Amino acid sequence: MKVSLFIPCLVDQFFPSVGMNLFKILKKIGLSVNYPLEQTCCGQPAFNGGYHADACELAQRFLEIFGNSEYIVTPSGSCASMVKIFYPEILDHSTYKEPLQEITKNIFEFSDFLVNIIGVKDLGVTFPHRVTYHDACHLLRELQIHQAPRELIKNIQGIELVEMEESETCCGFGGMFSVKFPEISIAMAEDKSSAITKTGADYVIANDSSCLMQIGGYLSRHNIPIKPLHLADLLGENL
Amino acid sequence: MERTPSDFKTSSAKNIANSRLRETFHSATRHALEQRLKSIHQVPEWEQLREKGHQIKKEVINQLDFYLEQLESNILNNGGQVFWARDADEASNYILRLCRRLNAKNVVKSKSMTTEEIKLASTLEKQGIEPIETDLGEFIIQLANETPSHIIAPALHMTRQQIGALFNKTFNIPYTEIPEELCAFARGKLRQKFLSTKLGISGVNFAAADTGTIVVVENEGNARMCTNLPKVHVAIMGLEKVIPRFEDLSIFLKLLSRSATGQKQTSYVSMINGPRKVEDLDGPEEFHLVILDNGRTEILSNPKLRESLFCIRCGACLNTCPVYQRVGGHSYGSTYSGPIGSVLTPLLQGLDTAKDLPYASSLCGACSNICPVKIDVHHQLLWLREQVVKQHKSSWQERLAMHCYTSIMKDVRLYRLGSFFLRNLLKIFYKKGQNLNVPGWSKDRDFPPIAAKTFKELWKEKTQQKTT
Repeated sequence: MKVSLFIPCLVDQFFPSVGMNLFKILKKIGLSVNYPLEQTCCGQPAFNGGYHADACELAQRFLEIFGNSEYIVTPSGSCASMVKIFYPEILDHSTYKEPLQEITKNIFEFSDFLVNIIGVKDLGVTFPHRVTYHDACHLLRELQIHQAPRELIKNIQGIELVEMEESETCCGFGGMFSVKFPEISIAMAEDKSSAITKTGADYVIANDSSCLMQIGGYLSRHNIPIKPLHLADLLGENL
Repeated sequence: MERTPSDFKTSSAKNIANSRLRETFHSATRHALEQRLKSIHQVPEWEQLREKGHQIKKEVINQLDFYLEQLESNILNNGGQVFWARDADEASNYILRLCRRLNAKNVVKSKSMTTEEIKLASTLEKQGIEPIETDLGEFIIQLANETPSHIIAPALHMTRQQIGALFNKTFNIPYTEIPEELCAFARGKLRQKFLSTKLGISGVNFAAADTGTIVVVENEGNARMCTNLPKVHVAIMGLEKVIPRFEDLSIFLKLLSRSATGQKQTSYVSMINGPRKVEDLDGPEEFHLVILDNGRTEILSNPKLRESLFCIRCGACLNTCPVYQRVGGHSYGSTYSGPIGSVLTPLLQGLDTAKDLPYASSLCGACSNICPVKIDVHHQLLWLREQVVKQHKSSWQERLAMHCYTSIMKDVRLYRLGSFFLRNLLKIFYKKGQNLNVPGWSKDRDFPPIAAKTFKELWKEKTQQKTT
C-alpha cells in the first residue's frame, strides 16, 4: 500500500514536526510513503475568501500532483475537506470528472486513515498525562469524523482523556476570519480556553494545526500552562 | 436605517466589549439550545423528519409558481383576497390603503419578521396610523424604540431589570422586574386594543397550497386575537412560506417548534381558512393575504443559493452560531441576523450594503448542522463570498494579497523562495527577542514561532540520509 503525504502549507512552515511524525507513524505500520515535492497549498485560503478562480487553479495543480496517488494522507481535517468536499464544487466536472472521483475517494485525514482504512487503533504508545480533545470543525462537520481520533487517544497507555464542555464548538480560527474580526475570534478562543482549563488537562489535542495555532496562541499569551499538541505529534514522538 | 457595508465589523466589536450584553446572549442562546436538544431527543426519527422537511421545501421552491397559484385560487375560493407585492413599498401601501378605507387610526400586529423586513410599522406611523405590537417581545422593543435582536425572541438582548425600568419610565408604574407582573401589565394594556381596533396584521409561518390555509404559530395568544377580533385580518408572507399540502404541517410544525423553543408544540397554532362564514359565530369579515417577493424571485434564479429560501425562521442557527452567541443580533444591522441573516440580507438587499455579512462567520458549520430543513447555511456563505469577489467588491489590498498568494502557490520554486525570505525575516524579529506582532492577530494571542526548517527541508535531509 502506497501513501502520498499531503503536508499543508501551514504545517510545512510552522509545524513541520507534525508532518515528520505522521511520516514516522505511517512507516512504523509498514507503509510505503512518498512526499510529492511539488506540492504547496490546496487553495483553501483563496476559496474561503471567495476567490474561487484562484482556488480552481490551485485545485487543478493539486490534481496533477496527486492524481496518481493510491492514498493521500494529510494531518489536517480542514485541508482534506477542501479537496474532498469543495474541489467537486468548484472544478468543472466535464473536464475533471475522473481525477475528481479518484482523488476524493483516495484522500484521508490521518486519524480516519489509520482507524478506518488500515484498522490500526493502538500504536503501542505510552503517554501518562491528562489530555482533552478539541473537535476541529471541518474534520467534524465536513468529514463527519468524531470517533477516529478518540479511538487513537483512548488506546494510548497511561493517558487520561477528559472531554471538555462543548468540544464541538469552534475555536474561532476560521482562516481570514481570525484577522478580519479579531475581537470575535479572540472571544471564541477565550471561551474555548476556559473549557479546556476546566478539564484540568496538561495537553489539548486536536487534529488541525490551525486550531492549535489559535488555541495555543491564546493559552500562551495568557500564561495558561496547557500545551497544544497535534495528535500526530503525540503519537509520533512517543512511538 | 440603511446599513453600511462595514457595519458588522464596527458594531460587533462594540457589542462584544459589552460584557453584560455578551452574557445575556450567551446564557439565552445556551438555554434555547438545551431546550431544543431535550425536545428532539424525544423524537427518534428527527433526522428523517429533517430530510423530509428538506425534500418538501425543495419540491415547493422548484415549483413555486404552481404552488403559489394554487394557494391563491384556494384563498379566493375560501372568500379571501390576495395581493401580490413586488416589494416592500407595494406591500406597505396595500395595507395602508386598507387602513384608510376602514378609517383605522391604529392596527394590532402580531410578531412577524416579514413586517420588520418591509418596515411596515414605521410606514404606518408616518401616515398617522398607530401600529400596536401585541407580542410581548415586540411590545417591549417598540417601547424602547429598538429592532429585534433575534428572529424569534425580539427582546433577547434585554434583561428583565432593563424591561422593568422601561415600563416604570414609560407608564409611570411602580418598578418591578417580576416577569409575571410585567406580562400582566402589558396584557391589560393590550386587551382593550384588540377589541377596539378594526385591522389586525399577522405574519404567516406556513401557507398550505392545497387548502388555502394560513398557519400562525405563537405562544401568547395575541396572534389569535389579532387574526380573530378585528373586522379585517391581513396576513403577510414571503412567497417562500407556501407548502404543498395541509398534511405537510405535521412535519413542519414539529420541526419548527422543537427547533425554535424546544416545545413539542407551541401554545397556539392558528389555522385560518379565510374570513368568517355565514354560519360562523366570530372571525374577521375580510381576510387578505399579501404575498411578498421583495427580492426572493431573484434568489430563486441562483441554483447555489436557492436553498436559503427553505428557511422556516426557527432561529436555531442563531442560537448555535458561536459568532451570534457573542455579538448578538444588532451587530448584523439587518432584519434577519445570525448565519441565515448573513445569507438572506445580501441576497434581499444587494451586496453593496451587506458585503461584510458573508464573512461574518468562521465557517464552522454549526448552523448547517442544526438547521431543521437542512439548509447548507455555511456553504451558502461561501457562494456569496464568491459573488463579492466576482462583483469586485473586495478591497484592492485583499485582491493584491490574494494575487500574490496564488502566484506563489502555483510555483513551488516561488514557494520555496518565499519561504526562505519569510523565515529569515522572522528570525531577525525573534533574535531580537520580540514577540512577533502580526496585524489583526497579535492583540490577545501569540503568533507561533516559525520553524527552524520547513517540512520540505526536513524531508529532503531525511531522504538524502537514506541514499548516502
